[in-house]
Amino acid sequence: MTLSVAIRHSFRTFELDMAFEVPAKGVSALFGPSGSGKTTCATAIAGLVRPHEGRIALGDEVLSDSVRGRFLPARRRRIGCVFQDTRLFPHLSVAANLDYGARRSKRPADPAERARILAMLGIEELLGRRPHHLSGGEAARVALGRALLSAPRLLILDEPLAALDQPRRAEIMPYLERLRDEAGLPILFVSHSLDEVTRLADRMVVLNKGRVAAMGPVEEIMARLDLFPLTGRFEAGAVISGQVEDPGADTRLARVRFSGRTLTVPPLSVAAGAEIRLRIRARDVMIANAPIAGLSARNVIPATIAEIRAERGPYVEIRLDCGGTALLARITAEALADLGLSKGSAAFAVIKTVTIARASAKAR
Amino acid sequence: MLSESETEALLLSLKISGVAVLASLPLAILLALALARPGLPARGLLNALVHLPLVLPPVVLGYLLLISLGARAPLGAWLLETFGLRLVFTWQGAALASAIMTLPFQVRAIRLSLEGIDPRLLAAAETLGAGPIDRFFSISLPLALPGVVAGLITAFAASLGEFGAIITFVSNIPGETRTLPLAIYTAIQSPGGEAAAARLAALAIALALAGLLAAEWAGARARRLTGRSDP
Repeated sequence: MTLSVAIRHSFRTFELDMAFEVPAKGVSALFGPSGSGKTTCATAIAGLVRPHEGRIALGDEVLSDSVRGRFLPARRRRIGCVFQDTRLFPHLSVAANLDYGARRSKRPADPAERARILAMLGIEELLGRRPHHLSGGEAARVALGRALLSAPRLLILDEPLAALDQPRRAEIMPYLERLRDEAGLPILFVSHSLDEVTRLADRMVVLNKGRVAAMGPVEEIMARLDLFPLTGRFEAGAVISGQVEDPGADTRLARVRFSGRTLTVPPLSVAAGAEIRLRIRARDVMIANAPIAGLSARNVIPATIAEIRAERGPYVEIRLDCGGTALLARITAEALADLGLSKGSAAFAVIKTVTIARASAKAR
Repeated sequence: MLSESETEALLLSLKISGVAVLASLPLAILLALALARPGLPARGLLNALVHLPLVLPPVVLGYLLLISLGARAPLGAWLLETFGLRLVFTWQGAALASAIMTLPFQVRAIRLSLEGIDPRLLAAAETLGAGPIDRFFSISLPLALPGVVAGLITAFAASLGEFGAIITFVSNIPGETRTLPLAIYTAIQSPGGEAAAARLAALAIALALAGLLAAEWAGARARRLTGRSDP
């Protein structure tokens, strides 16, 4: 089953014209800066906005088609939405909020399923409270539960973390990861945060100024040097998938295998053998033309220079091929010249363990 | 403290005002809903019509009711024949006049409450499977409750004071249409009625004040119940 979107919508100052298809399975991200049209696109999929032109289909069912004059109202789409501002109903208790969608659903979650969802989100204790007595993180979890209990066939998360401060975000993230791994529900995740997208999503659609700039698996998109202006120079970097060889412990570092190489990273909270995704920022990768000893950096990884792209200013972006996996590095043009490296040269990527962020860990 | 006829006037006032505001509540809600829609055609005209009783001399309204609903007027005759409902010179007629006079208070309060509801909540309800009527009863109406209650009480208090429209349309019949203001007027007109007039006037003041305070209290309480502010 796929979600296919091809819509045009005009605003006074801005034209949205986008077409993309993502499998309705796992997590797909709509990524883009604010004003890129990602929320408009998501509300059109939910049925809250009728696009001026175009077609939206989920599997075989056409949700909206301007040519055939078809528009399925939001209430019949069975698409759950979680919004940045939670939109809990202030006059209803948490329990009544949770049951609002379930009571209107043709196939509501049965009691066991309901209990499982409440436990997964850790909201069983909140049922008697009023929304204005919830913390930001609690309200976000209740909003998630409310959408899930309405038994949707697609869940849209529209910047669900954007209104939360960093500690609250860190609190919600594991729930979203559990949701991804346990709910078996396709999720469309709308976000402007690369960190969130690389942690949660399998595929991403990159939006810019109302158009689709790129789409594909997260690893592939993140390895593209030409998308740096959109993914943000500071945050840009490759996302690599690997298998945990040793998750490490308190003081022992973890080892992750990818493409026949081993990466030493900070301790992980997953079991050995788990598939994991790591994001390595381009600005955290050094390049050496020989395997140097006497470094504090734990990772010196053999690679080949696959692409060099000159940037504005004194910098170059480099794509390294490490046995089939891409790594990105950002160095100065001066350093590149001194090292005498060019496309096809053998080189070594030097990465400090402390710079590697845990991007995502999923049990597949 | 009050004489029998004075008590009668007080109870009659309460009955007429109660019936007037409760019977006109559904219409007030419908009008408020219509006026809260930005795209409504002729919204300005409808708004002016609803608010007309605030600025129109009450006597004019009473006169209009008399010529349209009097026993010999076509509409009045039809009502009498079809439903056996006689409005002129009856307490039901007084209630109708009061309802029209105080409708603006209700419509205004409800409309402000409805306009204060975050449309994003209604969008969320829609994604959860609620249709328009369902959304109105499950979200809009409960959230507009403070306005509905405040509007009801204000209209009730205002209705207790209605004089011109009532005396013009249904006259001043003891036990049928002689409400508190009409009883005060009658007392002033009668020789030796000064003490009765003073008593009734004090009562009217107390009732009006109690009504306004009750509206305030009910609004605050309903706001708390609907979670609009922290208790």
